[in-house]
Amino acid sequence: MLLAGAVAATACGTAPAAARDSVVIAVNPEPTTLNPVLGFAPYGASKLFDGLVALDDKLNLVPALAESLPKASEDNKTFTYTLRQGVTFSDGTPLTAEDVAFTYQSVLDPKTNTTMRTDFAAVESVRTPDPRTVVFQLKYPYATFPQYTGLGIVPAHLLRGKDINTDGFNRKPVGTGPYKLDSWQAGERMVLTANEKYWGGAPKVKKVTLAFVRDDNVRATRLATGELDAAAMPPRLVDRFRNQPGMSVRSVPSADYRGIMMPMGNPVTSDNALRRALDLVIDRDAMVKGILGGAGKPAFGPLFAESKWYEKSIEHPVDLPAAERILDEAGWVKGPDGMRRRGDTPARFTVMYNAADTVRKDIALAFSSDAKKVGVDVAVDGLSVEALQKRMDKDALVMGWGTPYDPDFITYKIFHSSFAGKGWYNPGRYHNPTVDKLLDEGRTTPDEATRVGIYKSFQKEQAADPAWLFCVQLDHVYVMADAWNGLQQQVEPHNDGLAHGPWWNVEKWVPKQ
Amino acid sequence: MSVPILLVVTLAMFALGAASPFDPAARYLGDSVGNATTEDLERIRHNIGADQPFYVQWWNWLTHAVTGDLGDSLSQHQPVLAVISERLGWTLLLVTVAFVVTMALSLVTGALAAIRHGGWFDRAVTTLAYAFEAVPVFWLSLAMIWLFSLTLRWFPAGGVSDVRTGALSFGGVLSHLVMPAVALAVSQVPWFVLYVKQSVRTAMAEDYVVGARARGLRERTVLVGHVVRGALLPFITLVGSRFPELITGAVLVETTFSWPGVAAATTEAGVALDFPLLAALTTLATAVVLLGNLLADVVYAFADPRVVTG
Repeated sequence: MLLAGAVAATACGTAPAAARDSVVIAVNPEPTTLNPVLGFAPYGASKLFDGLVALDDKLNLVPALAESLPKASEDNKTFTYTLRQGVTFSDGTPLTAEDVAFTYQSVLDPKTNTTMRTDFAAVESVRTPDPRTVVFQLKYPYATFPQYTGLGIVPAHLLRGKDINTDGFNRKPVGTGPYKLDSWQAGERMVLTANEKYWGGAPKVKKVTLAFVRDDNVRATRLATGELDAAAMPPRLVDRFRNQPGMSVRSVPSADYRGIMMPMGNPVTSDNALRRALDLVIDRDAMVKGILGGAGKPAFGPLFAESKWYEKSIEHPVDLPAAERILDEAGWVKGPDGMRRRGDTPARFTVMYNAADTVRKDIALAFSSDAKKVGVDVAVDGLSVEALQKRMDKDALVMGWGTPYDPDFITYKIFHSSFAGKGWYNPGRYHNPTVDKLLDEGRTTPDEATRVGIYKSFQKEQAADPAWLFCVQLDHVYVMADAWNGLQQQVEPHNDGLAHGPWWNVEKWVPKQ
Repeated sequence: MSVPILLVVTLAMFALGAASPFDPAARYLGDSVGNATTEDLERIRHNIGADQPFYVQWWNWLTHAVTGDLGDSLSQHQPVLAVISERLGWTLLLVTVAFVVTMALSLVTGALAAIRHGGWFDRAVTTLAYAFEAVPVFWLSLAMIWLFSLTLRWFPAGGVSDVRTGALSFGGVLSHLVMPAVALAVSQVPWFVLYVKQSVRTAMAEDYVVGARARGLRERTVLVGHVVRGALLPFITLVGSRFPELITGAVLVETTFSWPGVAAATTEAGVALDFPLLAALTTLATAVVLLGNLLADVVYAFADPRVVTG
């Protein structure tokens, strides 16, 4: 016991004052695979692999394994990439067009257990006229296609002819990225070491340790002991770190929104007037303050407020009289108890939420009390994901989505009628012909200025016929040791974790002296 | 005897999974399920064989398992054998150490409390035993992390080796082992202490103890040679039956301390409906319990010459 204590004292003392070329990041959950084809780090941002293209801190598309952005054909159905010269995988094998073609063909193979397939549904063929050229032939014009080509490229010579779903590669991958996998002790941690031959220059932070810590409280304690350098934290646990020397709390804006999905299969929630009226009733500022503790901002549409695609005119204050007027005009009459009904139909519906998520529960409750102010009776129901999934064509649901990338990513699958009833995409079976037309145009129009106009029209149309009542846009909160320069902030998508967070560009950090 | 039990246990597990509302394909995808369309889910359900009736899935699993092929873990995307072999050693280390500590601690304190029945030591032990019996093990773990890692900085709060250097050394593992092992042991000790105390007290009133004293044997000889030995017999049987408790405790302790063992993987396999992994782990756990009972019988035979095995 005494011996163990002495050993431990040296093992977990305070953080050294010297320049730190290693970082320990807490990650939850542990990844189940490191193969991009199977869905690891779907839109790039993986430290082990590179895509043909990548996104910079402003979310602009920049070349990565391709030496420049792709050339599109006149009809936007053919995209040609030329590969960067001299790139090798971490096993020394040179990268060729074959590897790119193999990666995309694996994603498209029905035997591959991946959800990435939907993103590449437009691809008809991937050709490799020479070892440095890759040509994507699409089935239909798709101007935003290059946005999806951040997918990490895997080496064909290690995977061809193997079962990609279970091959050992998935846990011992070989890629072209700035880091290489050194070790992975399942359930404990993963260690990445710098790829000294990285085409973008060798990283200054030589070692990245990802510790798997599931419990929020344990993560907070281990940060406080100095065992961890960085971790995502729920806002309620960060206060103790605000005045701790050497640590900083970072609030990163995200495109991650929460809102109420209103299904068309319910006679109350499908009523346009009722949806518009409730949109005017939601007290978004109160939600940001009371539920998120200030870590977020009000949301009025699916595109995040910092983006160039955002249509500001959809923002509006709470307006109870206007909401009452809309409901009156639509025939929802107030009864003696103050609650409304139209004919035999009472203005009553249920909002479901994932019972494990307290933020969603609080949003459901706040929404219910806001709706009551204008005589609409909203019951709330906390359920397991499996249970609510069976009912989401008929009952409203607190949902979350949002990626900061091209607007096509988060609008088409969620609001287009062709995705009605397909899993989580358009569960309410929203169908608005104008929205369908705008989304199709947005997808196929190459000119960016025109596209901005199209998506702005889409946001106005969605606000006039809301599929969702948007509530809040979250900030993701992290606690980090102040030991490195070069951190950049990038607006984050709905799914954070290993690939996102303040450490998204760790390969560019420089240790502080 | 063991084989039919194992067959029934694994079949029941596949049946339970089929009756649960969870979709194995959704669980297979883990985090990326949010991006899945209905077609994706159907395709994957077919690819992993989850669209077949549970008894067919069980039969497929069984016919492969008897040849040594335990299949591939659905949630970890690697062979089941690899998942288990990577983690089993850590669990064995944790559980063995915790078990030895539990035994030593409960035998010594239980016997002392019984001998000094009614004294301050007895009262303190009894009170503490009841208090710790009521404390959930994950709460105990969190409290220990707060006290020994954060406040006193004696022991690291998780993992099996120093998180910064990653070096795996004997001393390093030892310092990481102390807290999870003690937490697990402390969660098991109360029950054993109270039991040991009770059976030692019963033994002290037995005729052969009174007889030994009457023959004028030294008190020490009476206590160690007669009382404790007599009290040990029923205790051994119970040790075997408490094995499942130890495994359940290990699940929580491993999760809290990021201990990379097989018990933490069991919860992951459970929530992920990872049938191949779950079946292998269930078989393993069942085998351990059966083995525990067998061992208890064998040790019993040694401790009590009246028992003849055969």
